[in-house]
Amino acid sequence: MLSGILVFNQKGENLIFRAFRNDCRPRLADIFRIQVISNPQVRSPILTLGSTTFSHVKHENIYLVAVTKSNANAALVFEFLYRLVLLGKSYFGKFDEEAVKNNFVLIYELLDEILDFGYPQNTETDTLKMYITTEGVKSAIANNPTDSSRITQQATGALSWRRADVKYRKNEAFVDVIEDVNLLMSATGTVLRADVNGQIVMRAYLSGTPECKFGLNDRLLLDNDSAGPGSGSTSGSLGNNGNKMGLGSSKTRAAAGSVTLEDCQFHQCVKLGRFDADRIISFVPPDGEFELMRYRATENVNLPFKVHPIVREIGTTKVEYSVAIKANYSSKLFATNVIIRIPTPLNTAKTTERTSQGRAKYEPEHNNIVWKIARFSGGSEYVLTAEATLTSMTNQKAWSRPPLSLNFSLLMFTSSGLLVRYLKVFEKSNYSSVKWVRYMTRAGSYEIRF
Amino acid sequence: MAMNRIRGAFAVPRKGETFELRAGLVSQYAYERKEAIQKTIMAMTLGKDVSALFPDVLKNIATTDLEQKKLVYLYLMNYAKSHPDLCILAVNTFVQDSEDPNPLIRALAIRTMGCIRVDKMIDYMEEPLRKTLRDESPYVRKTAAICVAKLFDLSPAMCLENGFLEMLQEMIGDPNPMVVANSVTALSEIHHAAPETQALQVTPNTLRKLLMALNECTEWGRVTILTTLSEYRTSAVNEAEQICERVAPQFQHANPSVVLAAVKVVFLHMKLVNAELSSNYLKKMAPPLVTLVSSAPEVQYVALRNIDLLLQKQPDILNKELRVFFCKYNDPPYVKFQKLEIMVRIANDRNFDQLLAELKEYALEVDMDFVRRAVKAIGQVAIKIESACEKCVNTLLDLINTKVNYVVQEAIVVIKDIFRKYPGYEGIIPTLCKCIDELDEPNARAALIWIVGEYAEKISNAGDILAGFVEGFNEEFSQTQLQILTAVVKLFLKRPDKAQGLVQKVLQSATAENDNPDVRDRAYVYWRLLSNTSDTSAARNIVLSKKPPIVTTIHSLPPALLEQLLTELSTLASVYHKPPEQFVGQGRFGADAVQKAAIEEQLQNARDNPLAAAAAAAVSGTAAPQQQNNVENLLDIDFDGTAPASAHKEPNGSMSGLEGLAGTPVRVESPAVGAPAPAPTGSNNLDDLLGVFGDNGAASSASASAPPSGGAGADLLNGFGGLDLSGGISSPPPAGASQPKKTNEDILSLF
Repeated sequence: MLSGILVFNQKGENLIFRAFRNDCRPRLADIFRIQVISNPQVRSPILTLGSTTFSHVKHENIYLVAVTKSNANAALVFEFLYRLVLLGKSYFGKFDEEAVKNNFVLIYELLDEILDFGYPQNTETDTLKMYITTEGVKSAIANNPTDSSRITQQATGALSWRRADVKYRKNEAFVDVIEDVNLLMSATGTVLRADVNGQIVMRAYLSGTPECKFGLNDRLLLDNDSAGPGSGSTSGSLGNNGNKMGLGSSKTRAAAGSVTLEDCQFHQCVKLGRFDADRIISFVPPDGEFELMRYRATENVNLPFKVHPIVREIGTTKVEYSVAIKANYSSKLFATNVIIRIPTPLNTAKTTERTSQGRAKYEPEHNNIVWKIARFSGGSEYVLTAEATLTSMTNQKAWSRPPLSLNFSLLMFTSSGLLVRYLKVFEKSNYSSVKWVRYMTRAGSYEIRF
Repeated sequence: MAMNRIRGAFAVPRKGETFELRAGLVSQYAYERKEAIQKTIMAMTLGKDVSALFPDVLKNIATTDLEQKKLVYLYLMNYAKSHPDLCILAVNTFVQDSEDPNPLIRALAIRTMGCIRVDKMIDYMEEPLRKTLRDESPYVRKTAAICVAKLFDLSPAMCLENGFLEMLQEMIGDPNPMVVANSVTALSEIHHAAPETQALQVTPNTLRKLLMALNECTEWGRVTILTTLSEYRTSAVNEAEQICERVAPQFQHANPSVVLAAVKVVFLHMKLVNAELSSNYLKKMAPPLVTLVSSAPEVQYVALRNIDLLLQKQPDILNKELRVFFCKYNDPPYVKFQKLEIMVRIANDRNFDQLLAELKEYALEVDMDFVRRAVKAIGQVAIKIESACEKCVNTLLDLINTKVNYVVQEAIVVIKDIFRKYPGYEGIIPTLCKCIDELDEPNARAALIWIVGEYAEKISNAGDILAGFVEGFNEEFSQTQLQILTAVVKLFLKRPDKAQGLVQKVLQSATAENDNPDVRDRAYVYWRLLSNTSDTSAARNIVLSKKPPIVTTIHSLPPALLEQLLTELSTLASVYHKPPEQFVGQGRFGADAVQKAAIEEQLQNARDNPLAAAAAAAVSGTAAPQQQNNVENLLDIDFDGTAPASAHKEPNGSMSGLEGLAGTPVRVESPAVGAPAPAPTGSNNLDDLLGVFGDNGAASSASASAPPSGGAGADLLNGFGGLDLSGGISSPPPAGASQPKKTNEDILSLF
């Protein structure tokens, strides 16, 4: 499998060189630098030279490179590199050149632990943090034989993600439903593509080894069981554990509005066999924060914002913009940090803009006008009018008109209409627990062509 | 030279970084020592040679500080080879550590021991490994399992003698899923390195254990187990059903590599289960595949390449998912290109409207390469779906009207293909002819000329257009010249009155003034045909014969290759769409950069001191374990070739036969004969082949009195050319080392 992991900065200096196999030689660092970093022609993330394959990803200002010699599993290699990035972020906050330089000992230590002979081992952040720590002092735990047998038990056990002796005075679980809504709208205003990538993040502060069951207003699930009216409330505390769902009234689901999930992916704690058989999401959660599931929905996507841009090129010296944006959600809600990026031609010299709300500013380095609205209440509509004056160019090249893009976050709203129906916690000691749900919709790639 | 370097390393410098580090390493304060170790590792990373500090670092091995221990171990792994004799000092600590009460330390010790590739260390590994394989802590067991693979890599014989393989095979039944996964990993590695060991045999019993462990182990363990399952071939229907049933839930895993591995298993075993069930599985795998398209770009790229393969086998699994493959503005180009190909593959008569609108959008972007591909895709859709053709042609005409040079050129090439499938669009020819002056690429010019020739009877000014081209005939690229020739002849056959002079002229310049044999030959053929008076319709029958319509312009892999690649899903082979043999040697024994470096160094040595080098080459040829070294030895031959006769002095070991041949020309041939046939371990490597061929080519052509061309061995063909000669030539081998060395560099630069 992997012969080595290399980390470079943008200049091509080798920051980390960890060979896992005999065939990964220091010379390979030079080869990668010459062939990839200083070669602007390279367009693919995979490069095979002779029998050596370099697979790289770029994160912040560093290159993470995996060297393989055989017909390796490419998906695994990249996924592993991204996992390394994730680990780096959770250890150092930001995984960049500085972090690598300041923590190179720790990184070597981590690499030693997560790869053995080039085969990925346990990469769970929480488990690793128990015995590989940033402060040298804390590794005293690992020096204690009894503690470390416990750690190793966890690092390899069937529940590799959870310690056995978790205790909380107050048992709480927070569920965040976060949706990234993607939109691609054509210049004529037809929706080319609208879908939702959602994730459900859970913060579990539960004692012991709790077994959780989690229910959504997923159509397939609702078709299968004969559940009663779900606790359709958008927020607040859900029913306590042992909250038996009413049997019988099977036809009420239409009223509750069910959602078709195109596909879902689960954290490794979820029993996939169980989900496959009867769509029940059942799991023993890791302690603390983790991503329980990801899902995709493509039907009945509620678009929170409608954007109507009019862009006119007047001769070769001027472009006129008129962009109207309307909030398409209940007036009780409001979106925050709404940012609209309106592309301008590369040869823009100067812009003037007027807005009915928020502030607009021209950013020459990104070739766009950025219009920011801090708070956008439901139902309202705002307009920007702008004019870009262009310098004349000898070599007139057509402007590619990149799409206009949006950023926002909107609380208590899900584009897909997904709701959490219940979260039940079963534990030996039968304690009662409090659960909280929060919903948020953000812009994924929300693009409007014009 | 290598000797000098080692000697230099032993001399103690009195100042500089190494000196300071050394001072720190032997400091009386623990924190200073630790800091010095960290600095040493830092220097090592930066590529500085700190091997001289080996003894001093080694002194710090006995410590209770786990972090420091890890650093020392890391240093050891890197430099053990430079001081093999000193490693023995570390052995004791390792053995002790492997019995430490702390499982982390036990695991660390056994993990590191396997990475210290020194013969002496191997001798001491047996006992600790045996113990740790039976350790009570699963963490230690799983580490020891991988260590068996490391040991096998170092010394297969020892691994087999001590029964470690059997122990590993037992460990598939371990209660801990991670131990199971790592045992499978180790066994599969050994199995692939040396198939004759039969290390990993999936029996119904192990199959059951694997399926059990699958749901419980870590994501990476799942990939391992799934990969093993995909390599398992069963003929029993119920077994295949069982595998599919247990693996399908993994489609829902969060890790894309698990999803792809699961898709691979189900896809391969699905053939056996009944049709209804397998179409069910196909339906089930579509959504997860689509989800992969929203992962990180690099993972997406791998997924897209794999989806491309799956679509070639099962064209309709993603019928309804066209929109997911729409390119985002900021997708990296490699993702965009792949998405285009997939969109064309899933285009059908229901979704082509949407697709065409999207492709037109792309064709108006600025990235030239992407735009061209988008235009090409429009043509592919037209040819694939008959009902879409009219819309496609209209879209192409719209694009031609944009007058963007490269769009127009690509559009013309595409329209030519459309004409070849669907006659009846002659109406647009005038529009095409208008942009004749803008075409500067040979492909586009050739396409337009072909159209003019094909429809010569319908284009009133065809004669004038072609006359213009004939005028500048000699300045054209040869592919355009060929088209001009054909078009003029077609025109002449269709309207003899208009083209009498033209045809004379073009045949004249093609035969008399042209250097390209293809063009000349074609011109002669036409000339003969046209001057054939006995059968006047012969030329007409041949030149204007009905052409078979083209079926598709979408690139597809040949079925046999496709089948092979489907068994390689999610590997590099599936990304390159090439069988693994084409881009990678069979793993560890191949000649990699190391060996190339070694070759260069040895050649350098040979030049300095031929006698010593020959001896060294001979020793390295005989001392290394025979099993892995067939190929290396083939390469080594070149070294002793540079140092005549002296190699005869050490005729011991199996390779001495070949070395003994060094003085005769036959030896030039021997590697060439040996290399293409798989070496006993199957460890021949593309690189090696090239290297061997190149070297031989150079050697033989240098020795031959009449080398086939100037730059000997500069390319493969020359290499082969040289080979052909080598059999028959009986001149002595070359004496100068410079020639083979140059070849090596050439070969390297090829990659």
